[in-house]
Amino acid sequence: MEFFKYTKTFNFMGRSKLAMFVSIALLLASYTLLATKGLNYGVDFAGGTIVQVQYKSEAPIDDMRNRLKTNEIFSGSSITEFGSKEEVVIRMKTSTASVTVDVGDMTREALKGTGEFEIRRVDIVGPKVGSELKEKGIMSLILAVIGILIYVAFRFEWRFAVASIVALVHDVSIALGAITLVGLDVNLDVLAALLTILGYSLNDTIIVFDRIREGVVSGRNRGLSDIIDESVTRTLARTTLTSLTTFFVVFTLFIYGGEIIHAFAFTLLVGVVVGTYSSVFVASPILLAFGFDVKNYHVKLAAKAKREADKQKMRDQFESGVM
Amino acid sequence: MRMKLNYRIVIFAFAIAFGILFSAPSIFQTQDGKKVTLGLDLQGGLHMLLGVKTEEAVKSRIKSIAASIKHFSERKDILVDSLKFDESAIDFILLDSDDTKAITDYLAEIEGTIVSVNAENISITLSDEEIVRTEKQAISQAIETIRNRLDQFGLAEPVVARQGQEKILVQLAGIKTQEEEQRARELISRAAKLELMAVDEDRAARVYNMSDSDAAAYGDVILDDVENPAVKHLVRKIPILDGGMLTDAHVGFDQNNRPLINFSLNAEGAEIFGDFTGRSVGKHLAVVLDGKVYSAPVINERIGGGSGQISGDYTVMEAKDLAIALRSGSLLAPVYMMEKRSVGPSLGADSIKASLIALVGGFILVIIFMVIYYRVAGIIANIALVANLFIILAVMSLFGATLTLPGMAGIVLTVGMAVDANVIISERIRELIYQGVSIHKAIEDGYANAMRAILDANITTLIAAVVLYAYGTGAIKGFAITISIGILASMLTAILGTHGIYEMLEKRIQNSKNNRLWFGIKG
Repeated sequence: MEFFKYTKTFNFMGRSKLAMFVSIALLLASYTLLATKGLNYGVDFAGGTIVQVQYKSEAPIDDMRNRLKTNEIFSGSSITEFGSKEEVVIRMKTSTASVTVDVGDMTREALKGTGEFEIRRVDIVGPKVGSELKEKGIMSLILAVIGILIYVAFRFEWRFAVASIVALVHDVSIALGAITLVGLDVNLDVLAALLTILGYSLNDTIIVFDRIREGVVSGRNRGLSDIIDESVTRTLARTTLTSLTTFFVVFTLFIYGGEIIHAFAFTLLVGVVVGTYSSVFVASPILLAFGFDVKNYHVKLAAKAKREADKQKMRDQFESGVM
Repeated sequence: MRMKLNYRIVIFAFAIAFGILFSAPSIFQTQDGKKVTLGLDLQGGLHMLLGVKTEEAVKSRIKSIAASIKHFSERKDILVDSLKFDESAIDFILLDSDDTKAITDYLAEIEGTIVSVNAENISITLSDEEIVRTEKQAISQAIETIRNRLDQFGLAEPVVARQGQEKILVQLAGIKTQEEEQRARELISRAAKLELMAVDEDRAARVYNMSDSDAAAYGDVILDDVENPAVKHLVRKIPILDGGMLTDAHVGFDQNNRPLINFSLNAEGAEIFGDFTGRSVGKHLAVVLDGKVYSAPVINERIGGGSGQISGDYTVMEAKDLAIALRSGSLLAPVYMMEKRSVGPSLGADSIKASLIALVGGFILVIIFMVIYYRVAGIIANIALVANLFIILAVMSLFGATLTLPGMAGIVLTVGMAVDANVIISERIRELIYQGVSIHKAIEDGYANAMRAILDANITTLIAAVVLYAYGTGAIKGFAITISIGILASMLTAILGTHGIYEMLEKRIQNSKNNRLWFGIKG
């Protein structure tokens, strides 16, 4: 089976204006959402408490609400269904510092008499830890981007690095926009998903860039547009295939992975789609926009190849005893 | 036809054997052999980050210095007046200036204090280094104490470790119920500070008409009774002795068969206790635990031997936990909760089930898809994929890595991404076959061409994973681990493994000339 015919080269760059338009529209929508609705930080970053309760029969949410009104500590708490009618999650902005009796124990006491239930999960994050985790989270995103930037600049050229970072920012921004749109809580797992998107989307981009590099080496007199079109086309089958297999597994994770993994899987799902799109339609046109010079790079690569060949020759001579 | 062996296939065979051998204990849950540890989110358990209120340790250090000054002056018949202390200093008045040398010599022996003598007024503070040292010690002592207590609590392999400068990480697996968890938390956080204090006999009758500041003016403090908080006791603020001199505590029973705790003191404590009881026959002695009066019996005679009892209205279980806490020593400073993650065992089991379904489901989809798209090349890629899973599990077992829920998600994701290397290679080979080169050259060049892209792509993903590991916490680290191992394993299986298989089958492919069967393309 083949998705794409080997003989045909698609004219991607001809459609790069349309792609640019789509990307900018999506980015604007994402940033507007982020600015107006804002990210919904979960307990990991904002601090607070999550109590997950499972009842033997349908959870008596109204009764629970009334009972939680009795104590100041539960003020501003919200109760929502979690995957099934029997299971609910209580989210609170408050946290307690006492080790002996914490807000989870208080919830257990307050809910006594609402039916047969089991408390399955209690997450309490104090304000200090919350802000530390946030700081660390932002640091990790920045560090990952810097690390990747350095590696790509070292292996390719700085314009490749910048182009791939633009694509990454594009992907992460749209993923954040999607998270805001559906109102998911941003917790550590979402951060992990965002970092995975970084790696994944870059993976795709680099495969295309590798082809472009190869194209540049094989012919310096072709235009960059042509080289890009050919490179993207040659890697299109691979891009589609890997994206599909990844999409399959992330999708099964999304459907069957359970409620706890939901936000993580959703973020990845968006990331896989956007990441695939961006490596085809975003990263390469940016190379053009930054004025990547094929001839120049060709000369550079040729010089590097020559140096290596010289070295190899020296080594061979040395090994065979001729100096 | 005979198939030729090559070094790649031999290494690959070893890798598979390694994978199967070392992942077997985890898969079959055998008795022996290293197994993957399940994270608390999968097996259920309690994860806590505790902070230490180190300033309390400084306060209690001041208090204990005050107690020792009092004891010293009483023994040496040095007349000391209005001995009092606050959060940072101890002051007293020396009535007889002849004693100045004796008392300053004694004070000089107490480490880390700054003593200032102004005529008969003597004041003692702690040096800055001593405060830092006390705070540091409070943290290490808290870790030590909590570890001791949990070791005796009866759960397998509790983790108590320092995190960062001043946080304590506590991880308890195998907790069954919320009630059991709360019991463990009570044990951990209990100060278990035993103090024996003298009741202020002269003013005890007036205790209900006094405020805390009235009491403080007399050098007293008002404490609640443990059984009935409405009952108040007026005791001297400076204790006779504290729990630091306690050597043992265990559960006993009184004549009515109610549990109580017998404790013994060390030699120094026994001496102080003997001295005091000898002097105070007919008076009351308050047994104070964590700021609550457990009993205040009349002293009938001098009590030598240094042992005593704490009676209270507790169950055998509570008494047992209390004895553990007392034996392990008191916490110099109270701990407080900074973060808690508690997962019930049933939720953990559900998470395992859900992620296994996702793993198997995703795996089957990918495998079927690869065979449809690439035919035999797809089967070869699938062999690499299966080997990959075994190797991930084997490496994790060997290193005793922890498998968390995000870690499971990482494995699922690896399934999707690990085929990537083989997809890249297969596409390259197809391309070369279309260009009309020989099968041998198509395979060799296909691998050579794909190599750079595979390396670059995987290394960048690895960079993201390493950052995630360094900056991630708890369960997220598990994700970084599985992703990293998965990437490395996929490079091994794809670059070496499948190449070896192709090399072995090369002649066959050449002879069959059926590219549709082997690579899923026409021609």
